[in-house]
Amino acid sequence: MAVSDSKAAERVLDVSADRRQARDRAAGYLLRRHHFQWPEALPWIVAIAAFFLFPDRMTFGSQVLVMIMFALSLDLILGYAGIVTLGHAAFFGIGAYTVGLGAARLGWTEPVSGLFAAAIVSAFVGFITGWFLLRYRGLTLLMLTLATAIMLQETGNLRSDFSGGYDGLPGLEFKPLLGLFDYDLYGHTYYLYALAVLAVVFFFVRRIVYSPFGQALTGIRENVKRMHAIGSPVHRRLVTVYSIAAGIAGIAGALFTQTNAYVTLTVFDFDNSAKVMVMLILGGTGRLYGAFLGAAVYMVLEDHLSKLSPTFWQFGIGLLLVLAVLFARRGVLGLFEDAGQYLKRFRS
Amino acid sequence: MPHFAIIAVSILFDGLAYAMFLFITSVGLSVTMGLMGFVNLAHGAFAMAGGYIVVSLTRNLGIGFVPSLAVAAVTVGAVSVVFERGLYRRLYKATDLEQVLLTIGLAFMAIATATYLYGPIPKSVPLPEWLQGDINLGFRSFPSYRAFLIVLGVVLVTVLWYAFERTNIGAKIRAAVDNRRMAESVGINVDLLFTLTFAVGSGLAALGGGLAIQLFGLSPSFAVLYLVLFLIVVAVGGLGSLKGTLMAALVIGIIDTGGKYLLAEAGGFFIYAITVVVLLIKPAGFYGRE
Repeated sequence: MAVSDSKAAERVLDVSADRRQARDRAAGYLLRRHHFQWPEALPWIVAIAAFFLFPDRMTFGSQVLVMIMFALSLDLILGYAGIVTLGHAAFFGIGAYTVGLGAARLGWTEPVSGLFAAAIVSAFVGFITGWFLLRYRGLTLLMLTLATAIMLQETGNLRSDFSGGYDGLPGLEFKPLLGLFDYDLYGHTYYLYALAVLAVVFFFVRRIVYSPFGQALTGIRENVKRMHAIGSPVHRRLVTVYSIAAGIAGIAGALFTQTNAYVTLTVFDFDNSAKVMVMLILGGTGRLYGAFLGAAVYMVLEDHLSKLSPTFWQFGIGLLLVLAVLFARRGVLGLFEDAGQYLKRFRS
Repeated sequence: MPHFAIIAVSILFDGLAYAMFLFITSVGLSVTMGLMGFVNLAHGAFAMAGGYIVVSLTRNLGIGFVPSLAVAAVTVGAVSVVFERGLYRRLYKATDLEQVLLTIGLAFMAIATATYLYGPIPKSVPLPEWLQGDINLGFRSFPSYRAFLIVLGVVLVTVLWYAFERTNIGAKIRAAVDNRRMAESVGINVDLLFTLTFAVGSGLAALGGGLAIQLFGLSPSFAVLYLVLFLIVVAVGGLGSLKGTLMAALVIGIIDTGGKYLLAEAGGFFIYAITVVVLLIKPAGFYGRE
């Protein structure tokens, strides 16, 4: 009896030793990827350099940072978990209106706590809708996400006495940041504020992506059947990441309202959902910095070209999308990687 | 006649006309999506192109409205083959996302081109006299254009139903929607079949675009604005199902019209609410295969 017990225990130990080894290997892999590499400082250096180089364009700069954060939240669900949505603007809009309505109707004008409120409300809506919608795939999911965003917009329009409708909530005022830094005409304060929030959000996202949870998401993206087969709680993981992404999109929306000091129902537009997707695709999905590159390049191009001719700009974006799908499916960052690989092979 | 009955008849009539527009425009999208699983967000752009061809033919060349509709349908149908063979074909095996991006890109380009050529202001179209007046049925008069739309819709439904259910090609299409591999292995050329249905579907979309001008006016944003409605009809009806598309078009057309009559402030809310409810209960739509 005792002998067989100890044998069984040995076997269990063996298995757990195997497991431990496998776990250590996986952890090592994740840690290596999680380790910081020097090019990762580049976007932040650029952002700070922009602050000193273009002091009179800081309002625009804040917009870019907001869109980067929005694209980053989409990257989490689209790039990592492979959820194709046409209604991500819903969460951006909820965040924007949480802060907007809070300031206009409740007099809640403290900016930082507003961000938290926006994140919580958006994440909650993301959790509820995600729990229902993420059972579906393909066209059904596309339509359901799209319909959710438009329904929110229509609801806002229905209660336009409360929400301000398409005329929006203009002239919102917010308290000085942390009670110290007031809003200035050139938007310097809000640029640095947005940058700080983006940094916090980014390191949070980066941590998620390189965690075992993030690996499971990539697994779901690559082969959902296999993930089911190895017993991964697919639906729970998808709903979790969807809620997180919704919360982040909500923070982006809240920042949008705070930096602009107004908000209208157009934040829920299909255009807004499509635009952020285009940014992310052009930058490159599933690679964190694609959101930075895509959103920044898109916003700067739009700023210049749409002044020249909005028609020309729209045509150009359409053409870029078609070309990206046909020739550069992994975005601009993917092209860089390909070029890097090619150079390496060329040298050796 | 009591007041509510008049309202009910009006809703039914306008809703039916609207439903016929939805059916004509969406049916091609449904069949092509059912056949190839291809998410074609440029379908609205084909409809818009048809509309602008009708505008040009009637306004600049003085051709009648009805012949212009026919020319627009045939032209767009023919041009769509070029897109199908040249672009879409490369992406049949690609992911939903890539198909969405390619076709959204095409839709953007189409909108920009239309804005460049025709300007952003909505266009109208000159109608022949017999489509302008009203038809008086005693208790209420109905615009004859909408009556025309309903008649045309019924004719097209009948023709398509016959083609789908009673002809050899229709049987092949149904077989390919049901099980593409099996259909191919018994010798059906699904690629060719697809090109054909794509052309017919795009042609019908162009016809729908031409018919829509009188209802909503035609501006470049048509390509995306109404696309959402077409996609909803397709998703609610079930991919590749003629019956489903017709059912969905009727339900959405009538309910949306009813909503606009009775509670105008709600805008499109009812359509989306219905879409969500139907899809949550039947994810593949009324007649789609799960």
